Amino acid sequence: MYAYLWRHLPGPVYVKVLIALAIAALIVVLLFGWVFPWIEPLMPFSGNTVSQ
Amino acid sequence: MWAERARTAIRSAGEILITLGLVLFLFCTYQLFYTNVVADEAMRSEVSDLHKLWAGPPVARSVRPAVPAAFDTADSQGRTGAAFAILHIPRLGGKDIPVLQGTTLDLLGRGVGHYKDSALPGRIGNFAVAGHRKTHGEPFRYLDEMRTGDLIVVETADTWYTYREDRDPFIVDPADLGVVAPVPDHPGVAPSRKLITLTTCNPWWASTQRMIVTGELVAQQPRSAGEPPALTVNAPKFQ
Repeated sequence: MYAYLWRHLPGPVYVKVLIALAIAALIVVLLFGWVFPWIEPLMPFSGNTVSQ
Repeated sequence: MWAERARTAIRSAGEILITLGLVLFLFCTYQLFYTNVVADEAMRSEVSDLHKLWAGPPVARSVRPAVPAAFDTADSQGRTGAAFAILHIPRLGGKDIPVLQGTTLDLLGRGVGHYKDSALPGRIGNFAVAGHRKTHGEPFRYLDEMRTGDLIVVETADTWYTYREDRDPFIVDPADLGVVAPVPDHPGVAPSRKLITLTTCNPWWASTQRMIVTGELVAQQPRSAGEPPALTVNAPKFQ
């Protein structure tokens, strides 16, 4: 999987590294900003109120 | 040829598993660290906004309805999400914890939440508040260290209310709505005392139980009189 992605990144090695890092950073931002906050309420460890 | 393909398939499967492991690790970082950073900042800004609002000229404040009046009848008419009081618990380090109207999860990331149908601070009935035990600023992280006799101070636009804890923290079922009733455990009975109830989850990391701290109003003084003795004497602290 990663070998396949690496082969399809354009340019010389240092450009490939930069693009790969940028993509990784973008994925982390998406995870922290949207994916994790969305998953969190579905997890069983954040109930603080009494309710029915 | 098939051997080559099998190797590629197995390697890809391994890479996917490693990636999932990294994502789980990131999720732990998010829960344990990032939510606290975000919530601490949000709480600080809620508190400083309240201080600014309360320090404003009386004229500006009378234009905007005073917060207690807006929440007057202890029902759901207050503006959901608005901070209207600051909670100080000397035992837990005296950190300023904003109290917001409503108890949904997005609000609990910016302070502690007031059960909308419960009484307002200082009013007859039960002023009930929920807060995170873990993550999102964890304002009630060490609630289990509270002891009978500890003082809990609620600061509002015009008054300091001091409550005294009347029993050690105890555990109830998450569905036990009776603890936030105007007269705890007797829903429907007309209240005559001025109580406070704090709820949070128990144990850490789980939501299988609720930890409850209760208290009764023992003193109140206008804001202009300065901080109440509960905050100025050297109270026993945890941490």
